[in-house]
Amino acid sequence: MTQTDTRVGPATAGPAPGPARPFWTTRRRDHLAGYLFITPQLLGSVVFVILPLILVVWYSLHEWNVLAGTFDFVGTDNYQALVDDPNLGAVLRATGLFSVGLVVFNLGLALLLAVLLNQKLRGTILFRTLFFSPVVVSLVAWTIVWGFLLQDNGGLNSLLDTVGVDGPNWLRGEGTAMLSVIVVQVFKNVGLNMVLFLAALQGVPADLYEAAEVDGASRLRQFWRITVPLISPTILLTSIITVVGSLQVFAQIAVLTQGGPGTSTTVLVYYLYQQAFQFHHFGYGATLSIVLFAIVLALTVLQWQMRKRWVFHES
Amino acid sequence: MRAGKALRGIAVALAGALALTACGGGGESADSGPAKLRMTVWSANEAHLKLFNEIADEYRKSHPDVAEITFDPLPFDNYTTTLTTQIAGGNAPDLAWVFENSAPDFVASGALAPLDDTLKKAEGYQYEDLSPATLKLWQNDGKLYGYPFSTSPFGVFVNTDMVKKAGQKTPAELIAAGQWTWDNALATAAAAGAKSGKAGLVIRDFDYKGWDNLSTFWTGWGAQAWSEDGKTCGFNSPEMVDAMTTLHKATFTQKALPGPGTTADFFAGDSAMTITQISRASLLKDGGFGWDLVPLPAGPKGNYAVVGQAGLGVMKKSPYAKQAADFLAFFTNPTNSAKLAQFFPPPRQSQLTAETLAKTNPKLKPEQLQKVVIDGITNGVVKPSHAGQAELSQQVRAGLDPLWQPNADVKAVLDGVCAKIQPLLAK
Repeated sequence: MTQTDTRVGPATAGPAPGPARPFWTTRRRDHLAGYLFITPQLLGSVVFVILPLILVVWYSLHEWNVLAGTFDFVGTDNYQALVDDPNLGAVLRATGLFSVGLVVFNLGLALLLAVLLNQKLRGTILFRTLFFSPVVVSLVAWTIVWGFLLQDNGGLNSLLDTVGVDGPNWLRGEGTAMLSVIVVQVFKNVGLNMVLFLAALQGVPADLYEAAEVDGASRLRQFWRITVPLISPTILLTSIITVVGSLQVFAQIAVLTQGGPGTSTTVLVYYLYQQAFQFHHFGYGATLSIVLFAIVLALTVLQWQMRKRWVFHES
Repeated sequence: MRAGKALRGIAVALAGALALTACGGGGESADSGPAKLRMTVWSANEAHLKLFNEIADEYRKSHPDVAEITFDPLPFDNYTTTLTTQIAGGNAPDLAWVFENSAPDFVASGALAPLDDTLKKAEGYQYEDLSPATLKLWQNDGKLYGYPFSTSPFGVFVNTDMVKKAGQKTPAELIAAGQWTWDNALATAAAAGAKSGKAGLVIRDFDYKGWDNLSTFWTGWGAQAWSEDGKTCGFNSPEMVDAMTTLHKATFTQKALPGPGTTADFFAGDSAMTITQISRASLLKDGGFGWDLVPLPAGPKGNYAVVGQAGLGVMKKSPYAKQAADFLAFFTNPTNSAKLAQFFPPPRQSQLTAETLAKTNPKLKPEQLQKVVIDGITNGVVKPSHAGQAELSQQVRAGLDPLWQPNADVKAVLDGVCAKIQPLLAK
């Protein structure tokens, strides 16, 4: 409210009329600078996040035939189609399987690697680099190479052949296709979680372990009673990142299995892509993306709420 | 006050964003100077693009209203998806190649502009020369929406070196003896594959996913993916079960075909035979290996031919649709059609002679052209296509997946395919 006073001109002169204060006060300049600084980010968010989000809701209420160029309002028809969709059950099952598999394998392996690499041993830096390097490799290139390794006459089965094992056709078997996709994804990103865990492990004060040792606690007990509680904020963070990431998996499926065999690896994002971009059901695709959005949102909120119960040390 | 300011700031940002998106989505306006045409194609072959550009350059000399014609190669594997995404995003091309399997969708949807009037009026076009059989797929209510610039029959390319090394009769010898049947073809492929340690017969672009390429096989048994009217599933017909049983045995018992997940490229010398369209002859390298091109072997129902088609259409929504149609008429006139014939068998009857085709297909002998190309185009069955093909195709692929296991129950799998697609066909 102070700004209104600044326009007091000489006409309403008081006893000591000072010169009119300039419009660009320091305060205003600061505000302007602030807004200018956030404008690029804000514009980006609005154009590429908020606007598309609103549009997706709008599209989900329409039947959009790209080829015919028609865009008809159909109300909740697409949501009804969602309820009636015979494939949706299998798709959600595949999505759940992938997410659970990925989170368990990824966090388990990342934590194991981090604990091993946290020891004062020779060569840990080399191994740390080795495990982290897939994170910086292009996702598609990584997946294509794995596609060659996993094909029937590929690298993995040739390797198994040398030890007398007749390997399965990894990407074509109902049971092995999903496992293969999960493993490819785990190896791709385990390094990132490993580094986060490693940083958390190194933040655990050494005197706690010393005290535990004096009290006669075993290494395993120390791990469960000291390490896990102290790194629980990192466990929460990595699990949120991994769960959300797992629900968005697309390139690996598109490159390795195209959702097959059958529909065993057709996860929600891939199904959404098929419906919208291959079958030209853009309205239904938008509806599926709202389902995906709701699932991601619900899981994130749930995990965030749960932090009160299982994150013991949050700074 | 502060909250009000913040709101105002956001409003300004939003307005800016809207202005930005408006600029992006608006597209070019038709009346701003000479036309710039863009044609999406799925070939990135340099020789193809060189010829297209030559034709385009010649056209522009006499048409100052067209400033630029670009040929935009999209990846073959995702061609239709990329094209429809471009259309959805307001970035549609002016002209587009269309695969035969998406022809029903494109033709019936009204996405393409009718071409008859422009083509018939074009000087020296000889519209009547176009073979009616080749136009069928591209017509709707008597109007032509796509020009079938390529009507390419499927044939069998043979690596004669590999076949001879395995001590087998070459397909040419089998044909001469009247023994070019699927039984003998599969036996030859299995023997050549076993001897060389490479693959026998590869049905190109099938890879246990692109199942419509299997029509080059099952048509020999008289099987069809669906009935002529497109309403009844044909996958569990006795003919189809016979054909697929043979294919299954050939793959898993006889090992005449490489199994799922194994890649083998005939043109790189990885297999003894391959079924593909003759337009792929351009992939053959001089001095690589001895090869031959022969018609598809006879099935239990006798001789047959299968053709794949590719059409060229004008997008109705293009601001330059008129110029685009005019260019299409030039691109496919008798003179240019003859030039294109070296890569793409034309729909023009006058050019479907061994002599004409031989001039521009130096790699193929006259009898190969006559037997495979001309007879194929005249008698061939077009690969299966249906409205909503992408969704059908996906369902069939998923339904057929269990078949590609060594111990599959062929009849049960095929019944499952029909259970999946019958509701879509009945729509």
